[in-house]
Amino acid sequence: MNPTESYHSLATTSLDIEAIRQDFPILQRTINGHPLVYLDNAATSQKPQVVLDSIVGYYTSVNSNVHRGVHQLSQLSTDAFEAAREAVRRFIRAANDYEIVFTRGTTDSVNLVAGTFIPTFLGPGDEILVTEVEHHSNIVPWQIAAKRVDAVVRTVHVGQDGIVRAEQVAAELTDRTKFVAVTHVSNSLGTVNDVRSIADTVHRAGIPLLVDGAQAVPHMAVDVVALDCDFYCFSGHKMFGPTGIGVLYGKEDWLDRLPPYQGGGGMIDRVTIDGTTFGDLPHKFEAGTPDMSGAVGLQAAVEYMEFVGLDAIEAYETELVAYTSASLKSVEGLRILGADAPKAGVFSFLVGNAHPFDTGSLLDQLGIAVRTGHHCNQPLMDRLEIPGTVRASLALYNTREDVDRLVDALNKVRVMLI
Amino acid sequence: MIPEQTILEIEEEIVEEFSLFDDWMDKYAYLIDIGKDLSDLDEAYKVDAFRVKGCQSNVWLRSWTDAGRVYFAADSDAMITRGLVGLLVRVLSGQPSEDVANAPLHFVDRIGLRRHLSANRSNGLSAMIGRMKATAAMAGETANEAL
Repeated sequence: MNPTESYHSLATTSLDIEAIRQDFPILQRTINGHPLVYLDNAATSQKPQVVLDSIVGYYTSVNSNVHRGVHQLSQLSTDAFEAAREAVRRFIRAANDYEIVFTRGTTDSVNLVAGTFIPTFLGPGDEILVTEVEHHSNIVPWQIAAKRVDAVVRTVHVGQDGIVRAEQVAAELTDRTKFVAVTHVSNSLGTVNDVRSIADTVHRAGIPLLVDGAQAVPHMAVDVVALDCDFYCFSGHKMFGPTGIGVLYGKEDWLDRLPPYQGGGGMIDRVTIDGTTFGDLPHKFEAGTPDMSGAVGLQAAVEYMEFVGLDAIEAYETELVAYTSASLKSVEGLRILGADAPKAGVFSFLVGNAHPFDTGSLLDQLGIAVRTGHHCNQPLMDRLEIPGTVRASLALYNTREDVDRLVDALNKVRVMLI
Repeated sequence: MIPEQTILEIEEEIVEEFSLFDDWMDKYAYLIDIGKDLSDLDEAYKVDAFRVKGCQSNVWLRSWTDAGRVYFAADSDAMITRGLVGLLVRVLSGQPSEDVANAPLHFVDRIGLRRHLSANRSNGLSAMIGRMKATAAMAGETANEAL
């Protein structure tokens, strides 16, 4: 079954938001006696019925191990797995499907590059540049890999707006810098970085760039060729797909030059006890039985987003972000952190001196799911001199009513806490 | 100060107080009031040595023993946590160390606040109860050895 065939009809020019909400069964439930307002999308998104169906469908009628099986089911499963790869290629407009490596998620993708690039190309005293707005998953893997070769992880500092600019990156490049990693969209602030200009800057120094796209792909059309990044990482579960599946895009030239990350079945060409030759891209990076149902679920998520329309999603969310920004500012004493624009779907804020934990706990009582704390972003919290924030993050199924519920609740909470 | 009531009696009293509120927001408002009434912990104790590690809200706990009883003073930077801390201090402070070490603390469940003590709530409360009981157990053992 082609998942797109089961969709209800939707106008592609603007979102039929009620129809979209009905595609996500979990949005119909109540929390603490209130209809759920789910604003924790930056942590994980909810899943449309077509994604759930695709996973059940895979296990119901296709399940078999991929590659090298001569029997028909194995062939069907391999076809489904490779079709998912092609869907992802199309989704991020990569040139070749073998530049798409399936991983467990963004963290796994970053670890793959850190664990193979650093020992291959860096030595003592060489530098890896990350930024202050990176998620810990785009800092810690570099620290671990750097330590093994006595390389150094250095940081690009940002201003209060939280935006990473090419000139800030340029200012930190030295002749020892061998790799740069930067996020596309800040997971704490939602601020969008101009990845293309950062890529140009980094490439002028002859250095590759890895982009953490986890918070970008749910909100905007991404074209990795236009961005000209060397590596692009994202997770299925933040873009309406299942957990446990993620993507590493790498330019062919770089992927070819990297050694395998993990050894095992599926990634070899020929194994003898004396030595092994490795398979071609992308299989040399996919040791062991892959997450086949996850890949199929991710394909369904990609097709769902394409059906709604990537441009339509971006246009709808741009309007909703502006509405949210204005609405939040109407709450007395509320302070939004980071720049208002360009911003994708994520708001971090503080209400007066109220502790984020208190605000989040009370919002939960009112059926509103937000996240509180440092959001795996401690260097940024240090930079902003705050212990944490309340983070409300949007997805394509959120509405103005959700934002109004949040603002009403915040007004109640403010009275209780301040 | 030695409390007049036992742990169980104070727990009953708290359960009754919370039963007056039907609405969850009122219960939380009451909890926040309890936090506001908690006597401030001297700033000198708000240091790492007295901090119960929690990821989101910090709890500082000072404990001491006297004549077989264990005493607590505590604080938190979050108001809801401070209210919960206030309840625990009210129930446990000044009680015989053996009673503290063995207190089942059913009131937490009965007023519906268990979720604040579950493992994924990183507010340090669960660790705080653990530390209170450990202090009491240790005080009990020391007292037994002295006999």
